[in-house]
Amino acid sequence: MGITMSEATKTALRRPGSLDIERIRQDFPILRQKVHGKPLVYLDNAATSQKPQAVLDALDHFYTADCSNIHRGVHQLSERATNAYENARVKVQRFLNAADAKEIIFVRGTTDALNLVAYTFGRQRVQAGNEILLTAMEHHSNIVPWQLLCEEKGAQLRVAPMNDAGELRMEEFEKLLTPRVKIAAISHVSNALGTVNPVKEMIALCHRHGIPVVVDGAQAAPHMKIDVRDLDADFYAISGHKMFGPTGIGVLYGKAAWLDSMPPYQGGGDMIRSVTFEKTTFNVLPHKFEAGTPHIAGGIGMGAAVDYMEQVGMERIAAHEHRLLEYGTELLSSISGLRLVGTAREKASVLSFVLEGIHPHDVGTILDQEGIAVRTGHHCAQPVMDRFGIPATTRASLALYNTQEELEALAAGIRKVKEVFN
Amino acid sequence: MADLRDLYQELVIDHSKRPRNFHKLEGANLSAQGYNPLCGDRVTLYLRFEDGRVQDIAFEGSGCAISTASTSMMTEALKGKTKNEAEALFETFHSLVTGASRPRAGSPALGKLEVFSNVSDYPVRVKCATLAWHTMRSALEGTGDVVSTE
Repeated sequence: MGITMSEATKTALRRPGSLDIERIRQDFPILRQKVHGKPLVYLDNAATSQKPQAVLDALDHFYTADCSNIHRGVHQLSERATNAYENARVKVQRFLNAADAKEIIFVRGTTDALNLVAYTFGRQRVQAGNEILLTAMEHHSNIVPWQLLCEEKGAQLRVAPMNDAGELRMEEFEKLLTPRVKIAAISHVSNALGTVNPVKEMIALCHRHGIPVVVDGAQAAPHMKIDVRDLDADFYAISGHKMFGPTGIGVLYGKAAWLDSMPPYQGGGDMIRSVTFEKTTFNVLPHKFEAGTPHIAGGIGMGAAVDYMEQVGMERIAAHEHRLLEYGTELLSSISGLRLVGTAREKASVLSFVLEGIHPHDVGTILDQEGIAVRTGHHCAQPVMDRFGIPATTRASLALYNTQEELEALAAGIRKVKEVFN
Repeated sequence: MADLRDLYQELVIDHSKRPRNFHKLEGANLSAQGYNPLCGDRVTLYLRFEDGRVQDIAFEGSGCAISTASTSMMTEALKGKTKNEAEALFETFHSLVTGASRPRAGSPALGKLEVFSNVSDYPVRVKCATLAWHTMRSALEGTGDVVSTE
């Protein structure tokens, strides 16, 4: 079949000043391997991203040179570990453009961050008869904690619908902003569709109605510059492992005024100022929300990941991925029987698709034999699949180290799938 | 490297595209549902079990090629079987697709179902091949629970 790349795309991909992709790929040791005898084509970045050597080195350095507990010891190692961990917090603060490092709470990941907000802020704020507003494209992690809260409080979930392209219907969203709504929880970027929501506009609308907004930013952070103050987000949650950092670490950003007014999430060491059996007083931010020994190495690794992304440059990452997305959309659209699911005008580098008469699970197995790693299934977003009337999709999700050749390998792999089933 | 054609043999593709006994069964007296949350495969199995034998069997649902073909071929294999024979077939089929052990002496012949022998090279697909079989077991035991292969 004839794949024709537009001249503009070709030029753009070769444009001087764009990413030195070969050099970037060398930073990621895992990408050098073969799978089933074929070079690994890793297109499952929305599930988790790979880690650059700088992050691996940061983890290694902590465990080989600085390993110690933090905020406790008077000894040298503890001081070094504490400094490294707190420096990482400042790096994330700058990355998100938060006003203060105390607004950066280290958590296990986005799921943990969203649960934290639901169980503290949500529990304090939501009463019987109230509503929590979500969008139709939320990941299960931004549905279930709110559902549990609703059950506990006798409150209700309301869901803003999307159109056939997978874009939020803003006029419907606005109609749902009633005095009953106490919290809005929205994703910045849909993991299943790639849709980039107009969160700044949505937050402004919510604030006009006095509704605080929790943003699930897990899929946005690896792809675009995030400025929580410009967005005016009340809370913003991200995962380290989706942005080239370790698993088991993430960050909840919260406006200090909210965080100060919230009860603690978990009790334990480090989150207290003083403890007697009669009364405990809680520590200041951010420690109030970080009970127990945290994932110290993870925090440091996440800081190294932020450094790495900033060295490459968020604008250049976004531009590179945008060109790849355009090229990939062109390639896949020209395959007969293939339908892209999620065709929003504003889209991150996600190519979710279905092949006529062929189940995504079979697509995934055949692509794997070609060394191509994709995700197949409902992507922890069953309501999104229901909206499009499909049980599952095959999803190729891109990151800064992916290339146009890899997209061509994907297209060739899909043609192979069709051969097997013909 | 495993050859894809070993997994997706013509018979498998054929049954996945044109599943046999693919309808709701009027007069069924046993039924069970199976669900594979990993890939969203769903199957509802209907059996007319009388005089100690599977008199008729059919299914509805949606799933991947491996799951659909396995269900389709299972329905063909089970007609006329007693509960014990069905159980023995389950065990033999399960051993085949998990690569667990060689068939024991006295195990029933799998016949066409041997086409699934290469599933054992694809461990994540074992659940697809066995979903219908677990569901069949649940139907015969009459527990009525939704079977989940996760």
